[in-house]
Amino acid sequence: MSDAGGGRATRLEERDRPWVMRTYAGHSTARESNALYRKNLEKGQTGLSVAFDLPTQTGYDPDDELSRGEVGKVGVSIAHKGDMHTLLDGIPLDEMNTSMTINATAAWLLALYMTVAEENDVPVERLQGTTQNDIIKEFLSRGTYAFPPGPSMRLIADMIAFTVDAVPKWNPINICSYHLQEAGATPVQEIAYALSTAQAVLDAVRPQVDDETFPRVFGRMSFFVNAGIRFIEEHAKLRAMGQLWRELGRERYGVDDERFLRFRYGVQVNSLGLTESQPENNVIRIVLEALAVAMGRDARARAIQLPAWNEALGLPRPWDQQWSLRIQQILALETDILEYPDIFEGSNVMEGLVAELVEGAREEMAVVAEHGGAVEAVDYMKTQLVESHRARLAKIESGEQTVVGQNAFTTTEPSPLQQGEDGGILTVDPNVERDQIEAVRHWREQRDEPAVRAALDELRGAAEDDGVNVMPATLAAARAGATTGEWAGTLREVFGEYRAPTGVDSAAGADDAALEEVREKVERVSEALGRRLKVLVGKPGLDGHSNGAEQIALRARDAGMDVVYEGIRLTPSRIAATAVQEGVHVVGLSILSGSHRELIPEVLRELREAGADVPVVVGGIIPAADAEWLREAGVARVYTPKDFELTKSIDDIVDLVAERHGAAAAA
Amino acid sequence: MRDRRSAAARTAVDAAELGRRLREGDRTAAPAALNAIEDRSQAGRDRARALLHEISPAALGGEARAHLIGVTGPPGAGKSSLLSALVAAWRERGRSVAVLAVDPSSRRSGGALLGDRARIEHDPRDDGVLIRSTAAGSRLGGLAPPTREAVQVLAPAYEVVVVETVGVGQSETDVAEVCDTVAVVVQPGSGDVLQFLKAGIMEIPDVLVITKGDLGDVARRARRDLASALRALGARETPVVTVSSIPPPTGIDELVQALDAHRGVVDVKAARTSARRLAALAEFATEHGESGLRALGGRREALLLLEAQDAGLEVPRLVEALERAARQDG
Repeated sequence: MSDAGGGRATRLEERDRPWVMRTYAGHSTARESNALYRKNLEKGQTGLSVAFDLPTQTGYDPDDELSRGEVGKVGVSIAHKGDMHTLLDGIPLDEMNTSMTINATAAWLLALYMTVAEENDVPVERLQGTTQNDIIKEFLSRGTYAFPPGPSMRLIADMIAFTVDAVPKWNPINICSYHLQEAGATPVQEIAYALSTAQAVLDAVRPQVDDETFPRVFGRMSFFVNAGIRFIEEHAKLRAMGQLWRELGRERYGVDDERFLRFRYGVQVNSLGLTESQPENNVIRIVLEALAVAMGRDARARAIQLPAWNEALGLPRPWDQQWSLRIQQILALETDILEYPDIFEGSNVMEGLVAELVEGAREEMAVVAEHGGAVEAVDYMKTQLVESHRARLAKIESGEQTVVGQNAFTTTEPSPLQQGEDGGILTVDPNVERDQIEAVRHWREQRDEPAVRAALDELRGAAEDDGVNVMPATLAAARAGATTGEWAGTLREVFGEYRAPTGVDSAAGADDAALEEVREKVERVSEALGRRLKVLVGKPGLDGHSNGAEQIALRARDAGMDVVYEGIRLTPSRIAATAVQEGVHVVGLSILSGSHRELIPEVLRELREAGADVPVVVGGIIPAADAEWLREAGVARVYTPKDFELTKSIDDIVDLVAERHGAAAAA
Repeated sequence: MRDRRSAAARTAVDAAELGRRLREGDRTAAPAALNAIEDRSQAGRDRARALLHEISPAALGGEARAHLIGVTGPPGAGKSSLLSALVAAWRERGRSVAVLAVDPSSRRSGGALLGDRARIEHDPRDDGVLIRSTAAGSRLGGLAPPTREAVQVLAPAYEVVVVETVGVGQSETDVAEVCDTVAVVVQPGSGDVLQFLKAGIMEIPDVLVITKGDLGDVARRARRDLASALRALGARETPVVTVSSIPPPTGIDELVQALDAHRGVVDVKAARTSARRLAALAEFATEHGESGLRALGGRREALLLLEAQDAGLEVPRLVEALERAARQDG
C-alpha cells in the first residue's frame, strides 16, 4: 500500500471492484420483462432486480377479483413456474446475482426460481441472490402482506433455516429500512426499526438451527437501505448501522467470526423526495444520494439501484432507467471513488454524527424491546412513522424545509423531457391483463391436476404443523405446476388473513393558522349539512403504499371532519358499501400503482349502483392526460404530488361538498 | 343508465316513506334513516321525530323484532375479532346484523378517525350486514347522543343490532339503557373487569366473554377468577364464555346460545318500555332543567305520569306528553 507518511495509506494498492449494479425492473409479461433484462445486461448492468406486480406480491392469480387492474402494472406477473422459465430465459443462473422484491410470497418465488434452475440443470447450491422477505416493513409501510404476523414470521424462519444449507449463497432476507424512510422515518427510527426487525427474525430462526450453523445464518442476513438527500448524515447512518449490527452479533448472538459480522447492504436511493414539479432536478438528487452509499469504503453498499428521474410522474421507460444506470457507471468507473481507503476515517464530524445516531437508535430499540420486540411493536412503530411523516410534510408545507422547484424557485421553463407523445412515462398495454388471465387458465387446463392437488394437500399439512418446514412442500408444489394464487390461497386457509394497523388512530394532531381557517369552514358546512362533514378515505386495489392516504386522513380529522379509513386493499364494491353504510359526504381515493384507469371507473360505477350520490376525489401518481380522463369519467377532483399542501387540498374538498349540497338545496 | 332521482329529492328524505320501508324490513332504507337521525338541524330534528313516530312500537304493533345487544369492554380486549366471528355466526344462522361501532377515538379539533369497521371482517357484498361508525362524543366511553335513536331505526329492519362501545365501568350502564342484553368482553390477564366487578363499580353484565382462549392457562385462570367473583356477588348463573378468534375460532356457538338464552328470559316489552320512559325523563330534564321537573311535581310524579302513557309511544312523544303536562300545571 502507498503510504503518505502519516502511517495511513492514502491509496488502495488495487482499485476496488464496483458494487453490483441493478435496475429495479419488470412489467407486463415474463416475455417482455425477459427482453428488458437482457437489454439491461447488455448495457452493463451486473445484476438483476425483479419487480413483481401486486397480485404476485400478495399471492393472487391474474384472474382473481382483487387483481383487477393490477396485472403486470408495477412489475411482472409470475403465476407459475412456466412464467419463471420465460422470465429467466437465456440468463445464466449460475452466474447471475438476482434480487427479488418479494415478501409475503417470497418462499414461493424462491421455490419457482429454484425449480427453473433445477429444470435447467443448474445446481441450486450455486444460485446467488436475494429475496426481500421482510414482512414487518410490509405491515409498517409497503402493504403487500398476506398472512398474520405469527405465520408470516414462521415462513421467514422456515426459509432461512432451509436456505442456509440448501442454497448457501442466497440471502434469504433483506431487512428493509428503505420503506421506513419512504414512510417518513427519521435516520434514528430507520436504524432502530430495521435492527429490531433483524433481531426478531434471528430470534425466530434460532430454535430451528444448531449452534454451529447459527453464525452462518447471522452472516446471511442482509439489509436494504434508503439514502436521502441529506447525504452526509445518511452516510453516517450506514456507519452507525454497521457498528450496531456488529455489536448485536457479538453480544446477543455470540458470533465472533469477522466474515459473518460484516454489515452487508444493498440500496435504492430515496423516492419520497423526488418531485413531480421540475422533475429533471431529480437526477441531481439521485446522484447526491448515491454518493451517500458509495463514498465511504467502510460503509459502502454491495449493490445499488437508482430510481428514475420521473418516478413521481408515472412508470419509468427503459431510457429513463438507462440514465440511472449510467449514473452508477460514471460514479464507479469514471470518478476516483473506488481508489481510496475509507475517506472518513478519523473525521471528528463523521464520528460525532455516528455516535449521535448510535445513541438515539439504542434508545429507540429499547422502546421497541419494551413493547415485546418488533412483531409486537408494529402498532407503536407505525404510529411513530405516521407522526414523523406528518412533521416532515408540515415542514415542507410551511417552507421550513426547502424543496427546490416545489416550494421554492417554482418559476420554470417547460421541460423538454416531458414533451414527447408519451408525456415522458411508460404506459403498460391494457391487454396484458386479459392475456395473462387467459394464459393462467390455459396453464391450469394442461397441467397434471392430480399432482397439483396432492402437492397442495401436502403443503396444507406442512402449514398446519409448526414442527415442519414449509419449504420442501412449497418446492414440490412449484415443480408440480401450482399457481401463485393456489399456493397463497392454501396458506391463507390455514393461517387466516390479516389487516395491519393503520397507525392513524392514535397519531397526534396538527395545528396552524391555515388549518384553523379550514376548521371553521368545516364547522360552518357541517352545521348547514345538519351533521358533521364525513369523508371516506379509501385505497382501492392491491397497492399498499398507504402513506399518502394516512396523511390525508389525519389532516381531514385535524380539520374537524369525521373520517372513515379502512386501510388498504379494498375492492370497489367494499368502498361503495362503506360509503353508503357510513353516510359519507365525499369519497377520497388514493392510488399509486398506476391502475387508476381501471379501478376508479369501477368504484364510480359501484357507487352509482349502490345509490350513493357523493362526489369522488382521487389522489396519487396520475399523469396529466389521465387526470383529464378521470374528470371526464366523473371524478370531481384529481390531486397529484404537485398538490403537496395537504391543508389546501382539504380546503378544496370542503368547498366541493358545500358546493354540491348548496346546489342540491337550490335545485 | 338506471333511473336516478335528483340529489335534492334524495336529500329531502320523506320520513313517512322511510318509516314504511323500515316497518317492512327494507334494509336498504337503513343508511338514509341513520343520516336522518344524525341530522341536528331543526328541520332534521323534526324529520327524525316524525321517523321515530313511524316506527314506534305502536306503529309496529309491538316491540321491534331485533335482539339489541351491547358489546363492551376495555381497549384491546379483542372486541373487533369477536364481532367478526359473531357476525359470521349470525349470518350462518340466516340472521341479518347491524353493528353500531361507537369509536373510542376522542374528538380532536372536532374531527374523529373512525377505524373500527376495518377490523370487523365481513363480506361487503352481503346486504345482511351493516356497520356504521360514530365518534364517542365528549363523554369518555359514553354513547354518542343519537345512538339510542339509531338503534331504534335499525331494530325493525335487522334481526340483531349490536352496539359496540369501549370502556369499563360506565359504558355497560349506558349500553344497558339501550340494549336487551349486555356482553362485557374481558381479556385474560388484565384484572380491570374483575376489580371493577368486585368493587361494585361495574354492574353485573348479562354475559361475560373471555377472549383469546388460545392463551390456555391464562384464559382458564381468568375464567376461574371471574366465576368466583360472580359467586361472591350472588350472580352464579351469569354465563362466562371463553372464545378464541384465532382460526379455527372456538366458543362462538356457545356465546350465540348464551346471548339467545338471555334474550329468552328477558321481558323485552317491559324492559324497553321502562327504558323509553327513563330516556324521555332524562331528555326532558336536559331540555327544561330542574324547574321543568318541579313544574311536573318532581321526578317521581313525572315517572308516574309517563307510566300512565301508552306503552307503545316512542321517546319524543313521551317528552311531548311531559311538556304538555308541565305547561298545564305551570
